Amino acid sequence: MTALLELEDVEARYGPVHVLHGISLAVEEGSVVAVLGPNGAGKTTTLRAVSGTVRRAGRIRFAGRALDRLGPAAVARLGVAHVPEGRGTFSELTVWENLRLGGYTRRGSIQPELERVFTYFPWLSERRRQQAGTLSGGEQQMLALARAFVHRPRLLLLDEPSLGLAPVLVAELFRIVRELNEDEGLTVLVVEQNAHLALQAADAGYVLEAGRVALAGTSAELRADDSVRRSYLGY
Amino acid sequence: MVAAATSRLESLCSRTAVPATSLLLLAGATGLLVGSLRSSIFAQLTVQGLALGSVYGSLALALVLVYRATHVVNFAQGELAMATTYVAWQLIQWGLSYWEAFAVTLAIAFVLGTVLQVVLIRPVQHRSVIAAVIVTVGLFILIDGVVDWVWGSALKFMPSPFGTKTYDVGGVSISRLYPGMFLVVLASVLLVWALFRFTKLGLAMRAAALRPAESALVGVRVDWMLAIGWGLAAVLGAVAGLMAEPSQFVLQPTLMQPILVYAFAAAVLGGLESPAGAVIGGLAIGVSLTLVVQYVHPITSDLQTPVAFAVLVGVLLLKPSGLFGQREVRRV
Amino acid sequence: MRHRLPELGSLLAVAVLLSVLPFTLSDYNISLVAQVGIFFVAVLGLNILTGYTGQISIGHGAFMAIGGYTTAVMSRDHDTNLVVTMLMAFAICFVVGLLVGLPALRLSGVYLALATFALAVSVPQLPLKWSKFLGGSGGVQSHRTVTHLWLYGAAWIASAILFALAWLILRGRIGRAFRAARDSEIAAVASGIELPIYKTLAFGISAAYAGVAGALFVMGTNGFAQPSEFGVFLSLQLLVGAAVAGLGSLWGILAGAAFVGLLPTVSGSVPVIGSAHGRNVVFGAAVILVMLLLPEGFAGLLTRLRRLARA
Ligand SMILES: Nc1ncnc2c1ncn2[C@@H]1O[C@H](COP(=O)(O)OP(=O)(O)O)[C@@H](O)[C@H]1O
Ligand SMILES: [Mg+2]
Repeated sequence: MTALLELEDVEARYGPVHVLHGISLAVEEGSVVAVLGPNGAGKTTTLRAVSGTVRRAGRIRFAGRALDRLGPAAVARLGVAHVPEGRGTFSELTVWENLRLGGYTRRGSIQPELERVFTYFPWLSERRRQQAGTLSGGEQQMLALARAFVHRPRLLLLDEPSLGLAPVLVAELFRIVRELNEDEGLTVLVVEQNAHLALQAADAGYVLEAGRVALAGTSAELRADDSVRRSYLGY
Repeated sequence: MVAAATSRLESLCSRTAVPATSLLLLAGATGLLVGSLRSSIFAQLTVQGLALGSVYGSLALALVLVYRATHVVNFAQGELAMATTYVAWQLIQWGLSYWEAFAVTLAIAFVLGTVLQVVLIRPVQHRSVIAAVIVTVGLFILIDGVVDWVWGSALKFMPSPFGTKTYDVGGVSISRLYPGMFLVVLASVLLVWALFRFTKLGLAMRAAALRPAESALVGVRVDWMLAIGWGLAAVLGAVAGLMAEPSQFVLQPTLMQPILVYAFAAAVLGGLESPAGAVIGGLAIGVSLTLVVQYVHPITSDLQTPVAFAVLVGVLLLKPSGLFGQREVRRV
Repeated sequence: MRHRLPELGSLLAVAVLLSVLPFTLSDYNISLVAQVGIFFVAVLGLNILTGYTGQISIGHGAFMAIGGYTTAVMSRDHDTNLVVTMLMAFAICFVVGLLVGLPALRLSGVYLALATFALAVSVPQLPLKWSKFLGGSGGVQSHRTVTHLWLYGAAWIASAILFALAWLILRGRIGRAFRAARDSEIAAVASGIELPIYKTLAFGISAAYAGVAGALFVMGTNGFAQPSEFGVFLSLQLLVGAAVAGLGSLWGILAGAAFVGLLPTVSGSVPVIGSAHGRNVVFGAAVILVMLLLPEGFAGLLTRLRRLARA
């Protein structure tokens, strides 16, 4: 089985600041992969390297195509949805307009996608005319996720979806992600501080430290690893 | 479908309505109506002012579209409109009818606006305010030069698009020109508004202007959206130029220079980021300049631009966000 | 002190060159170089405002108009000595500049650009309204006219004096305050610099320079002050000059002044497009190219070249 997404020796920098020093990782089609690591390790930057929102070098292949020279719009068009850290909803636009933009790359009607999304997030249907900026933080996070689902991506990049959410909502959110993965075969690469949740939901994981992959393995292997236990799981 | 559209309309209204501003507009409109019923000259001037104001409003709207898309104030917007009016003149000389020339000119304007954004503005868009201003100033000079080079500075005449008939409305005779101008501009503005409000392309353009980074993540080609925004602005400007020409009766290279100042004043009055504000600001400036020149004796028509300047500075000092500002303000 | 030497050297070289030039040039070319001197004064003034305090102005043609009309009217009505009228233009425009600078305090960026642009369009309308005093669209004819050589001398002596003055102003406390206003308003306020006073002062000084340039400009058009000569185009030219000049270098300002003082005229002799009508094609295209290629103006180019030479 070949991987849907493959990074090989990927480097990235912000201006003169070198952030990623040769990251290699693989995400199998239909799997959920978690990226763990301390603050500033380069987790966000790794996702940004995939979606093309940071300058990068090295090889990035997605479904057999090279991504490393493509800009963010082109990557999105290939079927990668990136829900960035801090949500990235269009707070000036309505809920409906946000969802419509999620389906921007789809031709024709997005009605089927919308209905599917409303089965996961029924409350969105009643709020479609509300300005997104007036939603609560948790609701905006859900909206960002819903928007990505309308996109019907082959690969979903999720950056710290639990940030600032109440624990109930976090659990709900991961349940939905897992459900989509099982029902529709959605592939997910998720960055998460909450290692418990992440390793529960994920099939495999990578631990980044200072811009390098420090550790990789299946969720079970990582859960059993002493250093992971001490640093991220806290027992 | 219709229900969805009307409810969208309602939500739009509730979002843009600012009570104090609405009251002010209502009072203004009532004043114009009462005045028009009492004096036929006042009625004529009001109609004329609204027609001229619609021209200012459409150029102001062009400026606002450009500003929202690229955060650049396009000092060449008026000259661009002047140049496309010359194109229309040329097309008519070559045998096209007025309205054929009108349509072809709008298409040319669209291409021109788009290309200018890609070639000249994109490289300086993210540099300083001054750099962008200077490039549009250079464009101002360049367009002026090209028009002078190709067509010379002698006055040109175009056939009147609306004929020379006058209407008689309750004893007030009104030249067909003014309602004609008003309706053509209104139709173009509504079309552009509908494009932005109801189409996927329009939504993408708004998103690209508001949040370029997030828009790219959902697959919007931001650069193209901004270029198309410039193209649409050039189309609105072309309409403004074509409708300004019959009101001045001749075509000359300085056609749009005073109008640019009125449009700046209108855009600032409405709030530099508010499309509806620009159009209403244009109408307000058009009507008040026309009436003030007639009824306030120390102010003659020579003082129209200084008055517009005073309005502009006054608004900037008293209410910098304009009458309709604040909504959809972009993050820094 | 050693790093000042090249600067003094270039100053001296320019001075020598300018005093020799009149002996070698034709009358027409003398008037062209005089024109550059006039723009030198105006661009220098605008540079103090835009370059040092970061306040953009597309309205400096308006101050030139006020200076020019001061000269023409004083000469017409009182036969005032032309040099004295230049001083009066300086003083009047200084005051007007302070008055414009006050409201300008509350504007910045594009808003200030818009307001000053409207000023540039509005001021030339005023003679049409008060045509008895200001001559209407026909203009005001001064009582006396000057020769090209006289104008050349006056323009460059004024340039030298005003350059020295600018240097004195900008090197000390005031210059530091101006730069602070541009770089960081918050830091400037925190360090106790009275920003409003300095920003207004910069507007006044800058307008005064433009006023002197306007007075010279009118002498250069046979003593004739006319609204059409002070149109928007003039203001655009000045801003372009300041942008081409870049920041804080004599050579930059000379280049900026030459660019806007010579190019519109010289463009007329570019074959095919230059001819009678297309001179603005060349000028406009040059403005855009310079802006795209030299983002920091001529001064920035010099800095880059110097860095290259050292490396
Ligand atoms: N826009 C930026 N400019 C400069 N440095 C940045 C930028 N974004 C992130 N960094 C730096 O890059 C490093 C990695 O950041 P990031 O990928 O956001 O880490 P993580 O998501 O793992 O917390 C950090 O040291 C951070 O300071
Ligand atoms: Mg992060």
